[in-house]
Amino acid sequence: MSITAPRTPVLMIGKYVAISFYLIFALFPLYWLLKIALTPDQLIFTEGTNLVPSQMTFANFTSVLFKTDFLAYFGNSLVVSLGTAAITTMVAAGAGYAFSRFHFGGKKIIIAVMLITQMFPLLMIIAPIYKIIASLGLLNSLTSLIIVYTAFNIPFATFLMQSFFDGIPKDLEEAAMMDGCTRFQALRKVIFPLTLPGLGATLGFVFTAAWSELLFALMLISKNDTMTFPVGLLTFVSKFSVDWGQMMAAGVLALIPSCLFFIFIQRYLVQGLTSGAVKG
Amino acid sequence: MARMELNNLKKLYGSVEVMRDINLDIEDGEFIVLVGPSGCGKSTLLRMIAGLEPISGGEFLIDGDRMNEMRPRDRDIAMVFQSYALYPHMDVERNMGFSMEIRGESASERKARVLDAAKILGLDKLLKRYPKELSGGQRQRVAMGRAIIRDPRAFLFDEPLSNLDASLRVEMRLEIARLHQKLGATMVYVTHDQVEALTLADRIVVLEGGNIQQVGSPLELYERPANKFVAQFIGSPTMNVVPVSSAQGGVTLANGVTIPTLKDVNPVNAAELGIRPEHIDVVPLGAGDFDAVADVVEHLGSDTNLFVRIDGIGPMMVRVHGNIPKQPGDSVGLKLQRENIHLFASDGQRLRAEDALAA
Repeated sequence: MSITAPRTPVLMIGKYVAISFYLIFALFPLYWLLKIALTPDQLIFTEGTNLVPSQMTFANFTSVLFKTDFLAYFGNSLVVSLGTAAITTMVAAGAGYAFSRFHFGGKKIIIAVMLITQMFPLLMIIAPIYKIIASLGLLNSLTSLIIVYTAFNIPFATFLMQSFFDGIPKDLEEAAMMDGCTRFQALRKVIFPLTLPGLGATLGFVFTAAWSELLFALMLISKNDTMTFPVGLLTFVSKFSVDWGQMMAAGVLALIPSCLFFIFIQRYLVQGLTSGAVKG
Repeated sequence: MARMELNNLKKLYGSVEVMRDINLDIEDGEFIVLVGPSGCGKSTLLRMIAGLEPISGGEFLIDGDRMNEMRPRDRDIAMVFQSYALYPHMDVERNMGFSMEIRGESASERKARVLDAAKILGLDKLLKRYPKELSGGQRQRVAMGRAIIRDPRAFLFDEPLSNLDASLRVEMRLEIARLHQKLGATMVYVTHDQVEALTLADRIVVLEGGNIQQVGSPLELYERPANKFVAQFIGSPTMNVVPVSSAQGGVTLANGVTIPTLKDVNPVNAAELGIRPEHIDVVPLGAGDFDAVADVVEHLGSDTNLFVRIDGIGPMMVRVHGNIPKQPGDSVGLKLQRENIHLFASDGQRLRAEDALAA
C-alpha cells in the first residue's frame, strides 16, 4: 500500500470536506461582497443575514459607474498600479540579475540595507515621507504614489527576481557566450525568455500591492480628481450613513483588474519553463 | 584546427592561488584529457581555456595568438557542458543552429547545416522537439551537435558523460572517439573517470591540487607513473602500495621478505612499494614471495578479484585473469611480477630506472 495516496472512501471524503471547509472560509467574504452589491438598498438591513437576497438588482453597479467618480478613481488606480509595477519590475530585474550573477564590493551591505527597509512598520515613516513629498511639491499627484510604492516594493521584488535568476543555470548563459553571444545578447536571447514567469510573478505581486494600498494614498492625496480607488471607496462613507450597496458594488468592480491580471500571469507562475535545460 | 600553448598559467581566487605553473602544449588535432579528483582544478583550467574564467597569470596562446584577454565568443572554441546547457525555450533545430543565428547566417544555410549535423548524430527525426522532450542521451547528442555545427578551432568537453547511465556512457564515449577521428579537431576533455581518460586520450594530463602531476600517453601513465598519486589514480583496480625499508640489494617488506632490486635502482631511498593487482600471480602455497588468506573473492567471469590478508603487511588486492576456484578463507601463494614493481621515495616520487627490479 502506498503511503502517499490513501484511497479509502473515508479518507477521500475527509479530504474533500477539509478542502470545502477551507474554500468556504476563504471565499465567503467575497460572496458577501457580491451579495450585498446585488441586494436592493431597502433590503440590506431588513434581511441582513439571509444567505440569498429575496430580490436582486444591478442598480448599485449602474449608480457607481454613472453617478459617482468611481471611474476616475479606477483610472487613477490603474495608472498608479501599472506604473509602479512596470518601474519596480524593471529595476528589480536589473538588480536581481546583478545580485544573482556578479560578485562586487558592497553586495552584502546593499542586500542588508534592502532587508532593513523591510523591517520597519510603514506607520513610522509616514510623516517623513509626507514632508519629503510635500517639499517636492508632489502632494495630490499620482507621481508621488508611484514613487513611494516603487521605493517600497523594490526590495522584495528584487529578492523575488534574484531567486528566479538563481533558478536559471549559469551554464545556459555560458553556453550562449561560447556560441558567440556577448553577455547582453545572452541575457536577451536566452535568459530573458526564461525569466518571463519571474517577471510575470513580480508584475502581479507589485500590481496587487499598489492596487490595494490605502495608507499612503490617504495621506498624500486629498483632492478628488487624483484619488485612487481605495481612497475613493471611503467617499461612500458619509457623515451620517454608509452606502453599503454602492461601496460593495465598487469593491466587486475593483476586483476585476486583479483577477484578470492573475488569470493572465498564472500560466507563467505554474509553468516549469526551465525543465529540460539541464539534466532532468 | 588549433595548436594551444599554456605557459605558466596561474589562477587566483582573491589571494588564494588555486592553480600554478601550468605548462602544456597541445598539438593540432590532439585529444587531451584532463583528469584528477574533484577539486583538482581540471574544470577551472578548461574554463580558462574557454574564456569563461579569467586567467590570473601566464599566457595562453592559440596558434601563436595571445588569448588571455579575448572574450569566449572571439576564441572560436566550442564547449559541451556537463549539464548539456540546452536552451529550454528553443527546439532542437534552433538550439543547434543558435551559433549560426548569432553570426547572422541565413535561415536556409542554417537549416542545411543543422540537418547535416543532425544526421551524423541521428537526431534528424527530433529537430522539432524541445529539450524537455528528449532523453539524457539525446540531449547529450544535441549538445554535441551544437558544438559541431560551428566548425570551431577546438572542442572542449566538461565531464560530458557523467550524467548518463553506464551503458549510454560507453556508447557516447565511442561516439566522441568517432567524432574525433572524423573531424580531426583539437579536443580538450575533462573527466574524473579514468576509464574515459584511458580510452579517449592521445595524452592524459593528471592534475592534483592545482598542479600538473604528469602528462603522458595512457600507457606511459600506466606503466611509468611519475609519482604515487598518479600510480594510484590511474589504473583500475587501484595499485597496492605497502611500506618497505631498504635492504642490501633490495627492499624489505614489513613481513621480513626481501625483494631484490635491479642494480641501477638505488633502493636506499625506497619508502614504499607499489604493485598493481593484475601484476600479482597466484602460485601454489609456499612457492611465491609469501602466502596470504583470501577474505573476499569476486568472480567477474573474465577475471577473479581476491581481497587477501597478508600477515605482517595487511590487505592487498589481487586480480587474476580467468576464473580460479578459490573461496573466501582459502590460503594462496602470491608472487609479485618483478618487472612491474614500482618503488616510491618518501616524498611519493617514483624511483627512476625503468624496469625497477630484477627477476
